Amino acid sequence: MAVLTFKTDKCKGCGLCVEVCPKNVLQIAQDKINLKGHHPVEAKNPEACIGCAFCATMCPDCIIKVER
Amino acid sequence: MANKVLMKGNEAIAEAAIIAGCRHYFGYPITPQTEIAAYMSKKMPKIGGTFLQAESEVAAINMVYGVASTGLRVMTSSSSPGISLKGEGLSYLAGADLPALVVNVQRGGPGLGGIQPSQSDYFQATKGGAHGDFHMLVIAPASVQEMAELTVKGFELADKYRMTTMILADGTLGQMMEPVSLDFDVKPMPEKPWAATGTKMQRKHNIINSLYLKPEELERTNFERFERYKTIEENEVMYEEYLMEDAEVCVTAFGIASRVAKNAIDEARKQGVKVGLIRPITLWPFPTKVFEKYADKVKGFISVELSMGQMIEDVRLAVNGKAPVTLCNRSGGMIPSPEQVLESILKVNNGGNK
Amino acid sequence: MVVFDKPNSLCDVPMHYCPGCTHGIVHRLVAEVIDELQIEGKTIGIAPVGCSVMAYDYFNCDMIEAAHGRAPAVATGVKRANPDNIVFTYQGDGDLASIGMAETVHSAARNENITIIFINNAIYGMTGGQMAPTSLPGQVTQTSPYGRDVNACGYPIKVCEMLSQLDGPEYLERVAVNNVKNVKNAKKAIKKAFENQVNKKGFSLVEVISSCPTNWGLTPSDALKWIDEKMIPYYPLGVYKDRSAK
Repeated sequence: MAVLTFKTDKCKGCGLCVEVCPKNVLQIAQDKINLKGHHPVEAKNPEACIGCAFCATMCPDCIIKVER
Repeated sequence: MANKVLMKGNEAIAEAAIIAGCRHYFGYPITPQTEIAAYMSKKMPKIGGTFLQAESEVAAINMVYGVASTGLRVMTSSSSPGISLKGEGLSYLAGADLPALVVNVQRGGPGLGGIQPSQSDYFQATKGGAHGDFHMLVIAPASVQEMAELTVKGFELADKYRMTTMILADGTLGQMMEPVSLDFDVKPMPEKPWAATGTKMQRKHNIINSLYLKPEELERTNFERFERYKTIEENEVMYEEYLMEDAEVCVTAFGIASRVAKNAIDEARKQGVKVGLIRPITLWPFPTKVFEKYADKVKGFISVELSMGQMIEDVRLAVNGKAPVTLCNRSGGMIPSPEQVLESILKVNNGGNK
Repeated sequence: MVVFDKPNSLCDVPMHYCPGCTHGIVHRLVAEVIDELQIEGKTIGIAPVGCSVMAYDYFNCDMIEAAHGRAPAVATGVKRANPDNIVFTYQGDGDLASIGMAETVHSAARNENITIIFINNAIYGMTGGQMAPTSLPGQVTQTSPYGRDVNACGYPIKVCEMLSQLDGPEYLERVAVNNVKNVKNAKKAIKKAFENQVNKKGFSLVEVISSCPTNWGLTPSDALKWIDEKMIPYYPLGVYKDRSAK
């Protein structure tokens, strides 16, 4: 089982991670706003994560840590 | 007395720079300063230094910016049109507080102008030289010996105050040959903890920068820089007085013009006219105080220039209306003759200067 | 086990880039390479005017901000001063292929032992989306509102193809960062460009096809698709020169 950690306050909500995730783990949290005023990413079904790190690879702001 | 060698002014600058520890030279060919590059291209490879003929003056000054960022002594040289191209780099060097030495062996302008000697870049050199609030230390040698000495001094001042020193010479000084003593005591280079040499993982990263998007921060850096300029104005002014003790007429001139002026003064003295010379050696900071000192004592000032009259504005500011200031000049590569200067002296002495 | 985290040589600060701008990906790749080669302590980065001018706040190595287009000249000075330092520039298309073309071509011709990361996003980002030397024919920008007219503005400049005609450069490759596979290839190219410098091989330039969602007027995700559909057909990916491969 893989663990994702987000530096939520650095997220700009661009959604590139959401799009690239093969397991549909992520979503942009429309009900949350971070310090920068963006809707940040969150894991909607973290248990499905396989730790492929595609999300982190495509994240322009380096906010995702992936552990397996 | 040290041994003297016969050298061209341009070569004296190059050799003095090497003596001062400069091992990096970047330039682009332009008359009448090319001897500096030629000299460096011969010498640098033999002493482990860098001579690089850049693709343009713009590139050359930015290579200077690169070496200056690492804290090593570095120089470039050019002549008037080339200095205009270097303007961008001069402004960035100032904004990033980097020390460098830039030589301008002036020729007549504007535009492509000519290749004969001139002093018409005085405004450009002393009032900044490019965009933004800044100054360069501007030093004007008047002999081949001074071309060498003031180059060494120029490197020391650049390092001391983290700014560009410009040697403002002209085509005549660059080309003329005179005996020179190259026996200098070069002061050790100061520590440069700000330099970009790699963190070695032992300190926070150094940043060489002139960008401040917050106006209050940019203003603060400018205020701090001008505080430093004030110290320079108090401590680093250089000038020569010649026969000023009893002078009733004051001639002022820098560089090659001062040599013509001295000839005219000697002739006027023979004719019984009490005339002397103030020769600014630093053009920025300008020797304002010495002009103030004589402003009440002389009938008038004559600024002898190889331009349409540029230094005369600083003379007028210093004299502050206390005495008339007149211009004796040639332009476009022409040099005033001693006779022309003598005529001006006699005119002012007779009160006919109004 | 950590499979992915921020590289050490990237500062832990928010970057000013627009949401979805791939500058951040390229910054991270450069930082990962610096970490892997263990050269942070001797690396000096140079970022000239453009969106990435404030990169001096994002890399933990010593950094120099440079005038528009002049980074290769500044890098030449730094490298000549201290050949043991690893010197890289990070330049955009307006910077490298327009105002700084002379510096680019001549540093390549001299085979200066430096590494250039060239971001080609076909637009001037920082000034708000004007036509770049690499803007595509027909591309609408603030200063080509009817689309880039090649009869009036000429054709885009293909930097890798052009530089490959010189004898000087060691290594030229064009990559993209619009999907996971391309990002991985981009990393390999960037690593090689730094390794070449470490091994004193000479001038290495990696052109990175990058996105500018804001000034292209596209969502971050559509901008990555636009790279596939428009940019890559005009700017084919691949190695344009690699002297050591011969």
